[in-house]
Amino acid sequence: MKTSGDAIAKAFFLSCAGISAVMTSAVFLFMIVLGLPLFRKGSFMDIWMGTWSPAEGVFGIGHMIAGTFWIAIPAVVLSLPLSLGTSFVIAGLGGPRLRETLISLVRFMTGIPTVIYGFLGIFLLVPLIREELGGPGMCVLAASMVLAVLITPTMVLFFSHSLMAVDPAHVQAARALGAGRIQRLLYVMLPEALGGMATGLVLALGRALGDTLIALMLAGNALGMPAGFLDPARTLTGHIALVQAADYDSLEFRSIFACGIALYLFTTASVIAVRFIERGKKEAA
Amino acid sequence: MMRTLMEKTITFLSWLMTLVLFSVVLFFIGYLLHKGLPVLGRSLVFGETDPMQAILGRARVFDGLFPAVMGTLYLVLLSTALALPIGISAGIYLAEYAPPAAGRRFGFFFDILAGIPSIVIGLFGFSVAVFLHKHFSGRISPCLLISALSLAFLVLPYIIRSTQVALESLPAPIRRTAPALGATRLQNLVYVLIPHALSNIVSGIILSIGRCAEDTAVIMLTGVVATAGIPSSLLSQYEALPFYIYYISGQYADQAELDKGYGACLILLGICAVLFILAGMVKKHLTHRALYKV
Repeated sequence: MKTSGDAIAKAFFLSCAGISAVMTSAVFLFMIVLGLPLFRKGSFMDIWMGTWSPAEGVFGIGHMIAGTFWIAIPAVVLSLPLSLGTSFVIAGLGGPRLRETLISLVRFMTGIPTVIYGFLGIFLLVPLIREELGGPGMCVLAASMVLAVLITPTMVLFFSHSLMAVDPAHVQAARALGAGRIQRLLYVMLPEALGGMATGLVLALGRALGDTLIALMLAGNALGMPAGFLDPARTLTGHIALVQAADYDSLEFRSIFACGIALYLFTTASVIAVRFIERGKKEAA
Repeated sequence: MMRTLMEKTITFLSWLMTLVLFSVVLFFIGYLLHKGLPVLGRSLVFGETDPMQAILGRARVFDGLFPAVMGTLYLVLLSTALALPIGISAGIYLAEYAPPAAGRRFGFFFDILAGIPSIVIGLFGFSVAVFLHKHFSGRISPCLLISALSLAFLVLPYIIRSTQVALESLPAPIRRTAPALGATRLQNLVYVLIPHALSNIVSGIILSIGRCAEDTAVIMLTGVVATAGIPSSLLSQYEALPFYIYYISGQYADQAELDKGYGACLILLGICAVLFILAGMVKKHLTHRALYKV
């Protein structure tokens, strides 16, 4: 009796895991099926690399892909020094009490709603950029700056976690040899933690590529290729959020599934990248 | 000499960057408090309507945030109720039953699921709604139920992972005692492992509730609207706090509406802060209670 209960429970737990995995694949299949009319119509390259020119019946998302990276890459570049500095203080430069406080604060920051960052960005940052630097204000720069603040907590948590996971015996050996805090951090902890930190970097880039609200609210959403940081841009996520065609069968509407597929592939690529990094770390150890 | 100079510079820059990060965030929160506190009050939520009448459903609130607050509450309750059983069971499977190879394969799917941008989940929910509308019933369109299902899907990987990690991090002595005394796997799970891991599981759940409350991208494709009143059924459209904030930022007509936007930001931030603190407290106290029944 007991064993059959065990078997039933196991089957139930397995089916729940199975359902979740099947649903994950279903998202991708759904988007391919719904995007099919678009792929049948245009040439394959036109969709991914082409420009958005409804007059000619071409609905390429090339500019949205470019816009996504135009905003996400600077956000990661801006966030990197902030995250490195803060995780250095958490993992080595500050004392244990400061460490606890800072970690709690950073954890709290990961929970601040994205829409609030966007809201403050519109009323604090956009007017400032418009007046000081010119341009429309809603631009690549505004979106990347706010996005940088948004992804920094994720990066800090990963960075400081990998730094603190370094074998304490190594750190103490360096200490016994007379290495100061910054020396232990730079020459003992940092080299060993690089793998884990790379994971954090990839995940933060993934968050920046997949965020919707910041770019939607702050980047201006203009169709077209941004030529500089003060130009507006439209991201893949923003494009999905903005298309509200009444006609579900129009090619214009179908283009959002191409955006969805691109984003899904970015996610898959980042997960695979993280797995490679982790495997490399294990082999090195 | 060069080396000490570099070390000193890096130390200085690290402290500076930490200072910059926290000043930016504290400035944001301070600005929000400065703008939002003056508007915070009964009329922000209930407008001119009597609060008791509104809560009991006897009167409609027209110029307050009450429908949006209720919409967010329904959304959070529904999607958590939908995600919990599947998420916890899948987490238990990964931690306790899955052979290593299967565990890695499932883990790959859940990592992807956790990384899928929320707007893509929203698009999926929207497509499902359109599909059901065409093939099953004309009554189905983007609505509260579709949003809740999509949000449940969004937070599923977090619940799976926090359950899995909570169980896996239990030390071996706890894990092995009951089976040595003749308990079955399921008994060990129900009476020993889950009570010990409960606090970490629950604090993971509370954090995922926070994600349900704050997510905007999923709901904007699956049925949220600017004015709908309190939803009358699972198939009706609804309002929600984060969408209200997004909507106001682009569509505000006058200063009063903008002020309400700041008020809404403050309420939403407050909800997330309370959930965050709750998660921390649960982590500290719940296991003790579950095990010793005090």
